[in-house]
Amino acid sequence: MVPVSYFLMLSAALFGLGVVGFVFKRNIITLFMCIELMLNAVNLAFIAFSRMLGQLDGQVFVFFVIVVAAAEAAVGLAIVILIARNRKSLNVERVDSMKL
Amino acid sequence: MPVLTHLWIIPLLPLAGAALNGLFGRHWLRRSTNVVAIGSTGLALLAALELVREFFRLGAAQIPWPQDYFTWIAAGSFRADFAMQVDQLTVVMLLVVTLVGWLIHIYSIGYMAEDPGYVRFFSYLNLFMFFMLILVLASNYLLMFVGWEGVGLSSYLLIGFYFRKNSATNAGNKAFWVNRIGDFGFLIALFLMFRTFGSLDFSAVFSQAAGMPSELAGGGVLTAIALLLFVGATGKSAQIPLYVWLPDAMEGPTPVSALIHAATMVTAGVYMVARSHVIFSLAPVAMTVVAVIGLLTAFFAATIALVQNDIKKVLAYSTISQLGYMFLGCGMGAFSAGIFHLMTHAFFKGLLFLGAGSVIHAMGGEQDLRNMGGLRKKIPWTYWTMLMATLAIAGAPGFSGFFSKDAILNSIGGPNGMYLWLLGVLTAGLTAFYMFRLFFMTFHGQPRFDEHKVHVHESPKNMLAPLGVLAVLSVIGGWWAAPELFHGGNYFEHFLFPVFSPEPGFPAAGTPNAFWYAIGRGDAPLNYRGTLEFMALATAVALIGFLIAWWFYLRKPGVPKRLAAALSAPYRLLAGRYFVDELYAAVIVRPLVWLSTNLLWHAVDEGAIDGAVNGVAEVAQDSGGILRRVYSGNMRTYAAWVVLGAVVLITILIWMAH
Repeated sequence: MVPVSYFLMLSAALFGLGVVGFVFKRNIITLFMCIELMLNAVNLAFIAFSRMLGQLDGQVFVFFVIVVAAAEAAVGLAIVILIARNRKSLNVERVDSMKL
Repeated sequence: MPVLTHLWIIPLLPLAGAALNGLFGRHWLRRSTNVVAIGSTGLALLAALELVREFFRLGAAQIPWPQDYFTWIAAGSFRADFAMQVDQLTVVMLLVVTLVGWLIHIYSIGYMAEDPGYVRFFSYLNLFMFFMLILVLASNYLLMFVGWEGVGLSSYLLIGFYFRKNSATNAGNKAFWVNRIGDFGFLIALFLMFRTFGSLDFSAVFSQAAGMPSELAGGGVLTAIALLLFVGATGKSAQIPLYVWLPDAMEGPTPVSALIHAATMVTAGVYMVARSHVIFSLAPVAMTVVAVIGLLTAFFAATIALVQNDIKKVLAYSTISQLGYMFLGCGMGAFSAGIFHLMTHAFFKGLLFLGAGSVIHAMGGEQDLRNMGGLRKKIPWTYWTMLMATLAIAGAPGFSGFFSKDAILNSIGGPNGMYLWLLGVLTAGLTAFYMFRLFFMTFHGQPRFDEHKVHVHESPKNMLAPLGVLAVLSVIGGWWAAPELFHGGNYFEHFLFPVFSPEPGFPAAGTPNAFWYAIGRGDAPLNYRGTLEFMALATAVALIGFLIAWWFYLRKPGVPKRLAAALSAPYRLLAGRYFVDELYAAVIVRPLVWLSTNLLWHAVDEGAIDGAVNGVAEVAQDSGGILRRVYSGNMRTYAAWVVLGAVVLITILIWMAH
């Protein structure tokens, strides 16, 4: 049997990739995908612990996360489309009109 | 006894008049304004007359007649009621105030007819009557103080009546500030009184004070109270050193000068000292101060009046001088003589101011004596009534001023009484001189104005009628106090005797020099006082004053100018009013302004208070300016911060776990 630590290390690696991508990339779609990556890294950790402890709580949580992520994707992509229409660009650094 | 039980109705009538005119007068016809203003004061006069009728039916034991209406302030052991009382002194003051006030209201209809502030004027004037009646009727010092401050307010409003004129508003402010100094003394006296007697009611204060020993050697709480009360009186009644506001107060309309700054308000100080006679009688040092200040004021103000050229300024300094006489009488223990002079002065000085107003009216606003002359034939009514008043103030035998001035001069006594008496008589001579100087320069000689330009006209009847009434009173107003020497009953002094009657073991305060008797010195140098010889001497001095004025201004009109040139230094000193205003400006006003500007304004207010508030705001703003750079608006930067925070937290957790 694969030990839990393996899953956790994979989860941490995915999360780290998501963070690094979020901080360093400029394309909004990419940022969005990085957020999904982080969410799913967390999901993986939930599942791993759920299996290790033999309880369903973690798996229930994962469904919640998937639902929220789906809703977030719907709203977020709508915003992305509007930004793309208004600014003719997907560069996040140009979305700064509220900056002082 | 409707009025005696409802004393409040007397002051309330003018207050109602002031409120009605002040609130609605603008929308009314002028006639309605007149009806309200004249009617309310006229009704107050009628009520006062009815009060006198009822008063004479009271038994001696019922006087002073107290009326307690409601508790005004009650805090701990302190209690002040809205309470009034009537005694003989109140009756005299009440009649003077309502009668002279009413006459001057009538006069004002004519005098103010052309004024755009007509309604405002009558509203203020009625308000003044209200406060003056409160002052006179109050039966405790706190309510008296309300009236005292209220007449000060009305005086301020009426001095600055022509508020578009800078000099008028400045004069109003000056009167207000100078009076604050006096009121400060009055207030401290009230605090001290409450601390000593535990009450501010006249009856409680006086009955307790009467039980205290006379402070012959000087210091003591009664002396302190008396002196502080007198500080208040010097402010309100324009005595040295606080008299400087009264000449400037002539910026107000002339009826105001007559009513407030001659006949009634400025005599409030004399009334207050007379009312507090129990305290003053037990404080010989304070009495001496009152007498000396009064005499010095009388003398110095008279010398200033000698050379003034503004008709109202002459009368203003004359008022200060006459008020000095009243304080001289009070200070010598002859309170009834002081009050007597107060009454006759209200008649003849009120008349003089109204006459001066009539002259100014006739001349189309001219106030300078040098531009008048020869008005006798043109305004005969004003001429004859002014003559009566001038004779009265100069002390011509038989006129009211003769008896009252004589009563005061007769009261002078004490260790150096001779010198005080001589100075008083000399002042009487100066009075006769400056009054006849004013009179001759106005009415006699050749006209010194362009008769084609100035259309001299007699005043309307409603201005002349009050002049006539006051002229009659100026002539006969002294007769009911004619001393026994002239086979008179001296009814006035006997009438006031119960008020000023002596405490047990104390010589009658109605008789002159009570306090000199009290300190066992008697009046050795002045054994001749009250005799015909002394009276004749005083009259002769006044006659000399008259003759000099006649010689200077009728016979040889060139003499005054040559004399002024020959004695240029003293002349300039007098014309400059001893430069007291300049002295005050240099010693008090300018340092105070400097201190206020540099220390209080720039250093304390701008530096410390504003500095602290603005400093806190600046620190918040600066730190905010630094912190706001964190919020760059770049989302990924925020995320980086979150990551950094998470890394730090995890590091700490791991480090702690080991």
